[in-house]
Amino acid sequence: MSMELDVFVGNTTVLDEDVYQLWLDGQTVTDAVRIRIEAGALQECEANAEVLLSDTMDQFRTFQMCERLLQSPSKVANQLLFQIPPHRQTMLIERYYEFDSMFAREVLGKKLSKGTKKDLDDIGSKTGIVLKSCRRQFDNFKRVFKVVEELKGPLVENIQRHFLLSDVLARDYAAIVFFANSRFETGKRKLQYLSFQDFAFCAGQLISYWTVGAVDNVVENMDVDLEKEFLHDLKDLKVLVNDKDMLDQHKSLVCAQLRGKIKVFSEMEASFKNLSRALVNIASKLTHTKDVRDLFIDLVEKFIEPCRSDKWTIGDLRLFLTHYSSSVHTLEAFRRQVIWDRYMGVIKSCILKMYHD
Amino acid sequence: MPGKLKAKIVAGRHLPVMDRASDLTDAFVEVKFGNTTFKTDVYPKSLNPQWNSEWFKFEVDDEDLQDEPLQITVLDHDTYSANDAIGKVYIDIDPLLCSEAATVISGWLPIYDTIHGIRGEINVLVKVDLFNDLNRFRQSSCGVKFFCTTSIPRCYRAVMVHGFVEELVVNEDPEYQWIDRIRTPRASNEARQRLIFLMSGELQRKIGLKVLEMGGNAVVGYLQCFDLEGETGLVVRAIGTACTLEKISTLPATATHPSNSSPSKDMKDSPQAAPSTLGCRSTHSSPVHSASSRLSQGFSVSVPTLLFAGMKPRHRSSEAPRARQCRPGFGEEAPGVPLSSGPPTPLRAQTFSSFSPSKSYSRQSSSSDTELSLTPKTGMGSGGSAGKEAGPLKALLRQQTQSALEQREYPFFTLTAFPPGFLLHVGGVVSARSVKLLDRIHNPDEPETRDAWWEEIRQEIKSHAKALGCHAVVGYSESTSICEEVCILSASGTAAILSSRFMQDGSLDTEHRLSRQPLCVFSTGSERVEGDMGSSASLGFEEVVPPGCGFCHIPYDELNIPFPAQLTYCYCCRRYKVPDVLFTTIDLPTEANVTGKGCLIQARLCRTKKKAQGEGNATAISNLLPFLEYELHTQLMNKLKLRGMNALFGLRIQISVGETMLLGLASATGVYLTALPSPGGIQVAGKTPSDITYEQHISNMQKKINDTISKNKELHEINPPEVVEEIIGSPIPEPRQRSRLFRSHSESSDEVSELDLSHGKKDAFVLEIDDTDAVEDIHALLTDSPTPAGFYSCNTEIMPGIQNWTSAIQMFTSVRVFRLNANLTNQGLNKIFSDLCENLLKSLYFKLRSMVPCCLCHLNFTVAIPEDELIQVAVTAVAMSFDKEQSLENGKQSGEKTLIKAITENDEQLQFNLELNAETSSPNPLSSPKGLSEVGSHPSARDRCSSWIEQLKLKAHTIRRGSVKTTSSLEKASPLPEGRSRSLRSNRSYSGSSVAVVKMTPLSFIPGAKIIKYLGIINMFFIRETTSLREEGGVSGFLHTFIAEVFAMVRAHVAALGGNAVVSYSMKECVFMENPNKNQAQCLINVSGDAVIFIQESELESTSVQTQSATTHTSNGGEGT
Repeated sequence: MSMELDVFVGNTTVLDEDVYQLWLDGQTVTDAVRIRIEAGALQECEANAEVLLSDTMDQFRTFQMCERLLQSPSKVANQLLFQIPPHRQTMLIERYYEFDSMFAREVLGKKLSKGTKKDLDDIGSKTGIVLKSCRRQFDNFKRVFKVVEELKGPLVENIQRHFLLSDVLARDYAAIVFFANSRFETGKRKLQYLSFQDFAFCAGQLISYWTVGAVDNVVENMDVDLEKEFLHDLKDLKVLVNDKDMLDQHKSLVCAQLRGKIKVFSEMEASFKNLSRALVNIASKLTHTKDVRDLFIDLVEKFIEPCRSDKWTIGDLRLFLTHYSSSVHTLEAFRRQVIWDRYMGVIKSCILKMYHD
Repeated sequence: MPGKLKAKIVAGRHLPVMDRASDLTDAFVEVKFGNTTFKTDVYPKSLNPQWNSEWFKFEVDDEDLQDEPLQITVLDHDTYSANDAIGKVYIDIDPLLCSEAATVISGWLPIYDTIHGIRGEINVLVKVDLFNDLNRFRQSSCGVKFFCTTSIPRCYRAVMVHGFVEELVVNEDPEYQWIDRIRTPRASNEARQRLIFLMSGELQRKIGLKVLEMGGNAVVGYLQCFDLEGETGLVVRAIGTACTLEKISTLPATATHPSNSSPSKDMKDSPQAAPSTLGCRSTHSSPVHSASSRLSQGFSVSVPTLLFAGMKPRHRSSEAPRARQCRPGFGEEAPGVPLSSGPPTPLRAQTFSSFSPSKSYSRQSSSSDTELSLTPKTGMGSGGSAGKEAGPLKALLRQQTQSALEQREYPFFTLTAFPPGFLLHVGGVVSARSVKLLDRIHNPDEPETRDAWWEEIRQEIKSHAKALGCHAVVGYSESTSICEEVCILSASGTAAILSSRFMQDGSLDTEHRLSRQPLCVFSTGSERVEGDMGSSASLGFEEVVPPGCGFCHIPYDELNIPFPAQLTYCYCCRRYKVPDVLFTTIDLPTEANVTGKGCLIQARLCRTKKKAQGEGNATAISNLLPFLEYELHTQLMNKLKLRGMNALFGLRIQISVGETMLLGLASATGVYLTALPSPGGIQVAGKTPSDITYEQHISNMQKKINDTISKNKELHEINPPEVVEEIIGSPIPEPRQRSRLFRSHSESSDEVSELDLSHGKKDAFVLEIDDTDAVEDIHALLTDSPTPAGFYSCNTEIMPGIQNWTSAIQMFTSVRVFRLNANLTNQGLNKIFSDLCENLLKSLYFKLRSMVPCCLCHLNFTVAIPEDELIQVAVTAVAMSFDKEQSLENGKQSGEKTLIKAITENDEQLQFNLELNAETSSPNPLSSPKGLSEVGSHPSARDRCSSWIEQLKLKAHTIRRGSVKTTSSLEKASPLPEGRSRSLRSNRSYSGSSVAVVKMTPLSFIPGAKIIKYLGIINMFFIRETTSLREEGGVSGFLHTFIAEVFAMVRAHVAALGGNAVVSYSMKECVFMENPNKNQAQCLINVSGDAVIFIQESELESTSVQTQSATTHTSNGGEGT
């Protein structure tokens, strides 16, 4: 004796957001029912376990049927199969593309290939995210990547247009696409303390200031790659550390500005040359793809860790970087002011974002 | 008369990938009508082809236009092999043939394949140019409007209700033809779909012809059904009510006047109707008739009223003959009872110059009684006799009414709600069933056997109605249940007495109005009339009687009740007798006085049956049927009492036959009619020799029952009727009146008076627990769990006590199939079946909990036994939210408002029409920017926008028709569709590419909105089959997708007609078959409804009512013709 068939179809598709979340989390129907019971669903409407099971199955089936559409969100609005009010459509899409930052952090910078997909088991067990959910998130990353990879124009807007996501979510996806495209190293132990949001912020900075689209607003340009010409020009910054006079002058300017304003003045004075050399060297090496990938590990190893060991506060660091970058303007011999500002603007905000425990 | 059908294929989108190599499709389209086919060019390598074809023109007869669907096939071009079909679209062009419905079909329609489901969409434009002028066009059957709605459609008024129309068409089922063995499932499914499309087209055309013959212009309550008989063929049958409808215009046309009472017909019919029955008092006449017809494996059970619950089935055979004899008995007795015939006399004397008093009256009734047993001619005969007796005018009137109602074969009406004043008295439920053995239909062109079967049943119904003293059957419906070669045919309805006002020719109208005057005057003294001679009296008093209780008054002679019943004085007006319980198949009349709220009441029953073949099987089923019906009625009655209610509306009893069992499901909406006495409780009585534990058990049970009753009363806000009594304060001290009457009765008939006296108001309903059956009954009673807080449920159109609906509605279909174990006892089966229904309801409540407070309306259960050991239950209903806060304070006011506005057709509605036209007449900045600015954000805004455009179109239409009537049809057709397509396009661009919202509801109205136009009937039939059941998510996944697809196709077709809602939607067939071992499943679904355009009421109110009069007048001129 068993229920052979059990369906419920509404003219307006009935969607329970809580159950949707359980489905997105990759729960099985049984687990979902258990979770719902624990959440007190039985108190509602004099339900019993049987009712709950039927409802959960039905909802899961509905979501499964919607999934095909959700994978190309632009179809959701003009498909005829499900009558879903616009705000619910937005909710469905947004939630479908939302991801766990824990998961995204793991995948960040990795190639979005089959190989990585095989590692999802490990990521799942590491983060405690159900494999099914990992797969969905990974497939979303890959899908978005594939669509916008070859598209011209601003990355965030492209993502928004094709996937109808909110601005915030589209920016996160832009970061993921950007990292996956440039394959930034994020997996090293020393980088483990950085969250997805830290990287996403940095990616946003890089996209906004270092890509082709950043300078040129012509739509044809691509946002995914860093501007080659700019990276090449960064070599010219070497003069700041190679020219001893300039380095000394720079140091004295910064020290004059900061005297009495930061607690770690003496440490700063002592390590100024090393720090400056580190930043300039990172800049000059960015012509090599390998070194681009290592941007973040370099920043941590060569700049953040020394500062941290000297117990710089974030305020001290901010003041230092501000004056470090602005005092270059008064160096008369230095000609690459524009390049310097473009470089330091991004580096400064990235370092400040990354400077935490 | 020829017409030109034009179709244009614009574009496709979301097409499936047909070429794996390129991941693209080379699509082209074939457009076929009749035997003519056109093709578009191939649009290479695209999933979103833009064909933008020329207009394909088909020159065809209008007969074909009605019968044939336009068939659009999308194919993938293949250079080397055969072209692959992507899918098909069938377009019913019937709505385009009616001048008042849609003018163009334009929009995205899903491309459907019976194996793959929906595969992309296609944008098409379809128009029809009819070569003839309006008048000649009307001569043909294609001008007839069809409505599924079982009441007079909202923007029309009934000029005349002609009556019953029926037709059936048979054919061989392609699925069972020899060719099916060699063709693909797809080809077979498509052949079937196409055939059914053709057959329903033909059926509709034939019905249309009948309507025209009767002088009508519309069919209301159109109910079309399929009988998939299997080997023996495919039957498509339809019934409906022919009407002459008129668009509501400014003129408060005379007929709309809330006066009814054209006496002629009532006079005529009422005498015959004298022994009519109200409500469902107990009767045992039901299974009796079966005996007569059983020989020819034809068997029928009639249940004119509720069976007396205390009666055991075995008694019936002995009691039944008595019930029958009662009728002739009346005729003989009546003359001797001056009281009964007294009252009508002065009445008629007032109205007409000459009228024969009581004697003639009774004679007449007796004569009609004898005629009962005869065939349709009866009516004429009695009409003649009446003419002799009455004055010439009266004779004329009588004859007219007679002809109006009785000339027709069957005085049946598929309507369930009526214009005010149409329904005078409601009799009990009449039903008839017959078990038939299917045989091959040899000549499909002459489906005599099937016709004869239905004729038999209808005759039976007719005679039952007459036996109950009613001249008409309302809320009439027919259904079948087929298992192998056995078929149960069922028909049911409510015996009633109708006002003839809507059934006469206009020429008589004046006379009626004249005659009404004296009636009114006279009726003030009506309280003198003690005898309450049923319909004859009521005919005169219907105007005096408050409309809230008039329909409850017994229309028959209480002295000659053919079965024991409790009669009391109406608790509203105190003047007329009412039964203690009333069962009907119609909707609750809007004007009825109801205490508290209603609720869904279901009786469920399962009975095992031995496997048998052929006649043996039919006999076995025939033998079981009466028991089944009896028990269903008992259950209904018990449950009704348990809820403290006294009337059932929308009663629908479904009996489904399987190989090893019979299923019975009776659903109805219980209410407490203020006019009827308060139901007594239920008293449990044990066996006489009893020990202490047993008695304790009994008293426990009794306590439980009492608790449940009081809980239910609270839940449904049924306040004690005593309060009502005090409020009303009858003019005549009740007890005295009563006793006096009783006395007078006892003078005439001891039996009746005894009956009356014996039944005190507080009398409890006794349930004897002397066998297991009774225990089971009680068990069943108490297992029904009450609806959760915030929920109400009913299976009728309106829920009494709730009026302030919000515009939030959710129509849904839920299907469950339950597999049983073999070897279950009746009791086990019952419990399973009952739990299945209960759980389904619980699930529905849970699913819709976000809509609380809300009411599930029109809960329509359909049960089937798809194969041995499977029970299928399908439910279609609508959940409607309402405003709780408002209900107490403004409830009454707003309620009244909606009542007047939405339900009755009178001045209010006319005013609405004015407003509407006002809005229409201003193609102005006032409304348009409003609509547009909000479009993006709000779904309703989009509706609004489109409806506004629709109004413009309407206006264009009316003006054109009103002013330039002489324009030829060619000219006529051209400007409109263009304007439309332009506006549509603009509309779409505003709302982005998103899909317009189409509301669906099984009700005839949309809360908070006005229906401004009916676009035509939607009647669609789909087959879906799969050979990869597991891959599609199993049976549930398969059916879920299919139902969603059906909804999508209905919505798309409605949107293409320019509509934004489907009302009176129903899923009439859902046949599901599976073979999990072969990984296969097949499902057939048939849905229908009325496509409409509605606009939100809030909008209406906001628009100015300034420029209206001019427009309205023009429009009147136009529409009136």
